[in-house]
This record gives sequence, C-alpha cells and structure tokens, in this order.
Amino acid sequence: MSVFSAIGEEREIDRDEFTPGIEPQATWCPGCGDFGVLKALKQAMPEIGRTPDETLLVTGIGCSGKLSSYFESYGFHSIHGRSLPVARAAKLANPGLEVIAAGGDGDGYGIGGNHFMHTARENHDMTYIVFNNEIFGLTKGQTSPTSPKGHKSKTQPHGSAKDPVRPMSLSLASGSSYIARTAAVNPNQAKEILIEAMEHDGFAHVDFLTQCPTWNKDAKQYVPYTDVQDDDEFDFDVTDRREAADAMYEAESRLHEGEVLTGRFYVDSDRPSYGEEKRATDEMPDDPLAERYLDEDSEWERSADLLHHHR
Amino acid sequence: MTELMWRIAGGSGDGIDSTSQNFAKALMRAGLDVFTHRHYPSRIRGGHTYVEVRADEDPVRSRGDGFNFLLALGDSFARNPQEGSDTVYGNEEIKPLSENLDDLNEGGVIVYDEGLLDEETLERADIDLEAMAEENDWHVYPLDLRGLAREHGREVMRNTAGVGATAALLDMDLQHIEALMEDAMTGEVLEANLDILERAHESVNEEYEFTHDLRTPTGDHDEQQVLMSGSNAVAYGAIDEGCRFISGYPMTPWTDVFTILSQHLPKFGGIAEQVEDEIAAASLAVGASHAGVKAMSGSSGGGFALMSEPLGLAEMTETPIVLIEAMRAGPSTGMPTKPEQADLEHILYTSQGDSCRIVFAPANVRECYDQTRAAFRLAYEYQLPAIVIIDQKLSGEMRNADESFFDREPNADPGSVLTEEEIREAAHHESGKFKRYQHDTENGASPRAIPGQKDGRFLASGNEHTPEGHISESPTNRVAQMDRRMSKLDSIRAELDDGDSSHQTHYGPEDAEYGLLVWGSQQDTVFEAVDQLNEAGESVKALGVSDLMPYPEDEVSAFLESVESCLVVEMNASAQFRGLTQKELGRFGPKLNSLLKYNGEAFEPSEVVEGFERIVSRDAAIPEGTKFVPAAGD
Ligand SMILES: Cc1ncc(C[n+]2csc(CCOP(=O)(O)OP(=O)(O)O)c2C)c(N)n1
Ligand code: SF4
Repeated sequence: MSVFSAIGEEREIDRDEFTPGIEPQATWCPGCGDFGVLKALKQAMPEIGRTPDETLLVTGIGCSGKLSSYFESYGFHSIHGRSLPVARAAKLANPGLEVIAAGGDGDGYGIGGNHFMHTARENHDMTYIVFNNEIFGLTKGQTSPTSPKGHKSKTQPHGSAKDPVRPMSLSLASGSSYIARTAAVNPNQAKEILIEAMEHDGFAHVDFLTQCPTWNKDAKQYVPYTDVQDDDEFDFDVTDRREAADAMYEAESRLHEGEVLTGRFYVDSDRPSYGEEKRATDEMPDDPLAERYLDEDSEWERSADLLHHHR
Repeated sequence: MTELMWRIAGGSGDGIDSTSQNFAKALMRAGLDVFTHRHYPSRIRGGHTYVEVRADEDPVRSRGDGFNFLLALGDSFARNPQEGSDTVYGNEEIKPLSENLDDLNEGGVIVYDEGLLDEETLERADIDLEAMAEENDWHVYPLDLRGLAREHGREVMRNTAGVGATAALLDMDLQHIEALMEDAMTGEVLEANLDILERAHESVNEEYEFTHDLRTPTGDHDEQQVLMSGSNAVAYGAIDEGCRFISGYPMTPWTDVFTILSQHLPKFGGIAEQVEDEIAAASLAVGASHAGVKAMSGSSGGGFALMSEPLGLAEMTETPIVLIEAMRAGPSTGMPTKPEQADLEHILYTSQGDSCRIVFAPANVRECYDQTRAAFRLAYEYQLPAIVIIDQKLSGEMRNADESFFDREPNADPGSVLTEEEIREAAHHESGKFKRYQHDTENGASPRAIPGQKDGRFLASGNEHTPEGHISESPTNRVAQMDRRMSKLDSIRAELDDGDSSHQTHYGPEDAEYGLLVWGSQQDTVFEAVDQLNEAGESVKALGVSDLMPYPEDEVSAFLESVESCLVVEMNASAQFRGLTQKELGRFGPKLNSLLKYNGEAFEPSEVVEGFERIVSRDAAIPEGTKFVPAAGD
C-alpha cells in the first residue's frame, strides 16, 4: 500500500467534498468577491480529478487568506506574504500533491513581492491565486499595491502618489509560465481558468479580480468585463511573450481607467517546471522525497560515507 | 616544550587555510591530537590572516595561550599577483612577520620568507627583531622561500617550501605531508610541490645549526582519526538524522554549514535550495517539513532576525524544523568574521508570543554532531522548532576525533507521524477533519498527518486554532492549546534528564570551592583554565552548559549550590547567559560574577585564569580586552 494513498486516487469527485463539514469561523462580508473564488475553485477541483486529501492549499494572511478555512483540503494558513515559500517547498517535498497558494494583493504583491518574483522565476509546478481587490481588506481598507493612483484611504489621506503594481506584467517579467486574469463576477471563465492553471505544468499565476464592497465601495465592481479571448479586438498569440506583454500592458492600463479585460494572457507549455529541471540535474530524487520517510523499505545512506575525506 | 603551537601567517587568499589543514592532518596522522584556530578579516584578498595548529600527545581543548612557532609567509596577495610587481592592493600592507610577534611565546621559533619580507618591512613597523629575539629567546630562521619555490616550481608554492622548512626544524617526518599532497594533486603540480618540499627540508638541515629545542611531540592513536570543523559535524549530524531538505541564504559564518549540505544532500537523495532571503529560507523548511520531509535552515544573526516570523509560524502550527544560528559579532552586520555569543537572547525569545522551542549550544565538534542529531529527533518527536547555536569560532575550528564517533546508524524516523491506518482510527471531528491538534496528549505532542495521506485532512494555521485546525479565539481552547504546547518543554527536559542525550559537562574536582560556568563554544577553553588553576593550587571546577532551552535547572542549581562563588564566562557585553541562569533559577544572584569578552576574539585559557583571580582576590586585575561584572548586589 502506498503511504500517500490519497494521491492519484481515481474516483468520481463531488464538489461538495470541498465544503467543510462545519461552518467556519472566518467571516467574509456579504457580497465579497472572495466567495466567487471559492466557488470557482470548488467547481474546478472535480474536473481536474483531485481529491481534498491530495490537495494542499497554502494561504497568506488577509480576508483572502481565510480561503483555507472555507475550502476542505489539507490546508496551511501561513503568515502574511509567505504562502509561496511554504507552498513551493511542499511541492518539492511531494510533487504528487496538488499545491495551490492563495492570498490578497497586499499579501502577494506587497509584503510577499520578493517571493512572488522568485517563485515565478523558478517556475514551480503550482497554482497561485491572488485575490486582487485593490485594497487591504482585513486591516480595514488601507491603500494596497494595486490601488489606483490618487486612491484615498485613512493611511493615504491625500491620495496615493504611487502608480499601482502591474501584476501580470510583473509576473511575465519574473518568469511565470502561465498568466491569466479573471474576475469573481465571471464564474464560468473563472472556473475554466482555474482548471487550466492547475493542469498547467509550471507556475500558473491567476490575478483574480475580487470586489470588496466593504472597503472599496468606490472601486468598480469589475463589470462589465471583456473576455480577451472572445473579442476580435484582442487577437494576440498567448504563447508569444511580446504579444502577451502588450496585451497585459493594455489590460492593466485599461483597468486603471475602469475597463475590465480578463482571460488568458500568457501560456508557455514548453518550459520545464522547476522540479523537472532539478531532477534532470540529479538535484532532486525521482520519487517523492516525503514518501521515503514512511516507507519502511527505504535505505538511508549515512554521512560515514564521507568520513574518508577527513582522515 | 612538548606541545606544538604553529602559526602560519600571510594574506587572505594566500592558501593559508588549505596549507594549515594539510599540516594539521599530517600531525593527526602522526598520532597527535590537533586543534586549529582561524583568524581572517572580512575581505577576499589581502588583509592579515593566520591559522594556528596546536598539537600534542594529550587532548588539546583550545587554541591555547599564544603560540611557539611562526611561519611568516609573503604578501603576494596584497601585491599585484604578477610576479615581481610591487603594487599594493588597496591601502593595506600585509605584515605577516611584524603583526604576529605579540603572542609569540618565549623560546619560540620564527621562520620568515626573506624573499619577500626584508628589513624594510620591519623598519617601517619600527621593529628591532634582533633585540626582541634576544629578549624573548626567539630563534629566527630567515629563508628565501619565494626564491626556492620559483626555482623549482611557481612562486605560489612557497607555502610548500614553508612547510618543508617547518618539518626540518621540528624534526618531523615528511611522509604524511607527502601522502596528503599526493591525494590532493597530480602531474606536474604534484611533482613540483614534492620537489620544493624536499629541497626546503634539505636546505634547512644543511644550512642551519638548530638553536631551538622545540620538536614535534610524539603520540599514538588507538583508532582511526578524522579531522573536522564544527560546521562539518553539524552537517553530518543532520544527514545521519535523516535531514534531506536544506534551504538557505549565504551569511558568514553560517555559509559553511549551508555549503557543505548543498554539496552533499543531492547525493543522498535530498534537496538543497538557495533562495531569495532568510524569510523564504525558513518558510521553505516549514513547507517541506509540513509535507513530510526532515528539513533544516539557518543563518547568522542578521539573517536569523528575518527568520523570526517563520520561526513563530513553526511554533504555532507545530511544524518541526531545525535552524542553525552561527553567531558573529553584532549588532546589525557587526563584524562578519569575528566570533561573539551575543545572539543568545535573540535566539531564545525572538518572534512574538511565548517562546516554545529547543535551543542547544554545542561545545565542540563532537557535540555539534550529537546535538544536531538530538535537535532533529526532539523537534520531530515533539513538533517544534529546534535551534542549534554555533559561532564563528566553532564553525571553523577543526579538531580530530575517533572516526567511530561519527560512524553511526542513520535515523530517518519522522517522529510523531501517523500511518494511514492509525489516522483512520484516530479522533476525527464530526465534520470529517482529523483532530491534528487534540488537547489531551501525554507529552504535549499530538500526532500529525502528512498531506496526501487519506483522511488526515486538517488546517495548519498560524492563528490560534481548535483541535482540527479551525481558527478560534475561544478562551478555553486557547488555554488548553497554550498549555499543551508549553508542556512539551517539560517533557523534553524530563526526557533529556533521564536519557544520555543531556550535554552538560562537569569538569574538575567535585568538591572544589569555586565554580566556572560557561556555555557553548567557550567550554573547552574554560576547562583548560580549570586545569591551570588547580595546578596552581586553586580549588576550581566548571560546568559547561550545552542545553539552553529547556534549561537544565536541576543540574545547574546543584552545581551553584556546591560552590562558594562562581564566574560566568561568555563572549558578550551584557552577560546574557548569566541573565538566563538567574531568570531560570530565580536565585544565586549574589554568587554569579561575570567575565565578559566582546572584542572579536574568543577567550584564551590564561585570560580565564586571570579573570578568575578577581573573584578570589578583589584586587586582581582582569586581562586586557575583557570586562568583569561583579555579582548582583555586590
Ligand atoms: C507581518 C504582518 N504585517 C501586517 C499584518 C496585518 N495585515 C493582515 S492582512 C493585511 C493586508 C491584507 O490585504 P490583502 O493582502 O490585500 O488581502 P485582503 O484582506 O484584501 O484579502 C495586513 C497588512 C500581518 N498580519 N502581518
Ligand atoms: S472586508 Fe472586503 S475583502 Fe474582506 S471580507 Fe469584507 S468584503 Fe471581502
């Protein structure tokens, strides 16, 4: 018997399995866009054929970080901005796991910005969902890295003088091999994109537009939106870096102007994931490392093999 | 004079390190106990650097007091490396001869490279070598090592010429040195080096009438010996305890451990990751451990400061990890290549909330291996972070030990992890979630499931949480969880006290009148001082403490009760270990005096001896560069 028998289990999976058996203590406000992410994720899971026991959801801190309380799977509610380093190591330790990291725009593009850049660069085989509501939700409405220039809040009473982060452009420059933007108000597209992201073999970054009716009342609620894949105006090749870069830049600029463009922006299916690269150079074992500890037949080498250097 | 205390001095990048390592190994192979001490500045090339190799037939515990053989090499790396050039890099001039005379013992031997160090160097430094030699009974042998190396090979090989000359002057057999060279080099380079070695040896024997009486001591080992640094031993302890994941970011002196494991882990089927910063490094260790792999990270003071967040996360989510803190002089970037023991409080209490962690501070190479293993075993059994403190001194100093000491069975047991069968039978919440953090456990640790195991789902949260992991602010749950987590430390202390993995070391006569209390890397130096003091007629014993959290209360209390007065020896300015002792024991304040040193150098035994005089006689002066802090209420 395998020591991680949940991994690779083939059976009919119901999306209700991803609903916790009890009402979680975490509380999202009525109308919060975060519900849209949760719903899309629950719908996507059965389609990629993953069970709750073989899924590890690592979240940061923020309203968005509470996703792990609402979603039934193995969960790790980590610290502000650090979901990615926790998640990527778990994936290296056990590549059989479906690893998803999630957090807010403050969490991911602010405090965790450095990790975002480097996780993307390494192209870990995992999915990263950023709940982009252009505000700090949990700490009650401060300006976030994606808040538009001029945004006023209690901590920026005179209006932010900063240009907002361009998440997709940043992601592309950093090395993500799958980049998409979707919105909570577009459930069908959101589900499709999450399926693609999870099935993608590499670092898939989804900038997920979510509304925060409590603290970001003035902000557009991301409707109406335009699906760039369905609109002839945006006829670009998602596998071409330059075309993708232009499309992203366009989408990010228009969002600042109040027009919402969503869809798939960049897909590179050829680039090997980090795990594959490491295995190719013998820096990572072929079998999941985590399995060896629970497998009684594993043979463990010891440092005595190195002692002759010291004689 | 029986023991040899050989110092090789030159510029950083001059090959001083490898030459001294080989020399130490040759002495070890010749049957002696050896100890090396490295002194280097924080720069890559140039800058004054030296290594001491102390060797004796009896155990050597520290670098000792001063040294008795100086091999002063040239300054080629301070100059433009092109042969013959006189341009000096930067504004620094290397003075391997003039800078090293201060600590040379009476009767000592000096060999210097007259091909490079002429009288001008000494004149500029205002040194009258002849007069000094006369006064101190030094025996000076100027040799043209550079010329010899040039003639038979290349100028850089003058290290080899120096070793050949040393061997001749010490009446030392060349066979071990030659064998080591044959292991390390091949072809023309080897031929040239062997040639230079022998010529230097011969020419010294031919040209000189020896006036000194220092010769290589003789010794014997019963067992095969290995020569290792503290960093080697930490790395090997980790490998043997099943550590197969390391993540880190370079910072001196932690870089040594990090490099060794990065090189070896992949060969052992493990994973090594150099990541973007120390927050990530420790977070990766948490993630890997959560997913079921024994994981380690580490840093030095500044980098460890960044780890305080993930450290707290590991405590709250009860994810086992091992962190190494290799201390150097602080605060901030401090002195990158100088030792200090001033991060103690930082390591004990950093991160918000009440600290619940294991902290060990090994004394020497053997304890580095032992305590790293214990740190993993306990961390994984009790599910909490374990920190092993070393420092710039311990990480780099090399000592010999019986090979069999390190030749031990691996232990890959992941501790309190359940099998799937056990999970199925374990308590679950009615919602289906496994009760990962159940309150009622025997030793504080509630067994865990690993993601991917069937029916083991739980939420690991850095927020306070219920048994199944849901975020909770319930007062009853909070108290139950806090009490359980904190109770682990009591269980661990009891386990350490009962077993043989406790690492406090008692030294000296049991009924001695006075005590020396010391922790971490300074222990063996203090033990050497105890011998000196007792030989001089004092009545002294010492207790070396290597388990810092949970604190060995009973053992330290009994020790302090048994002495009239005690001197706490440590390398920091604020008496941190004395503070910890008073906090943990709640008494003994009036018995505890402190001898502190924080000038970037570790203690030498004689300084401890002098410092001790102060607690016996209040008039005694303390050694230069140290500070005496009398007992509280004094
Ligand atoms: C190190 C640290 N700094 C600050 C905080 C406080 N904090 C909690 S959530 C948050 C911002 C959340 O904003 P965002 O990531 O955009 O998520 P949202 O709540 O909008 O989903 C902050 C600053 C923290 N928990 N940790
Ligand atoms: S504060 Fe905003 S982001 Fe947070 S739950 Fe409420 S609506 Fe959602």
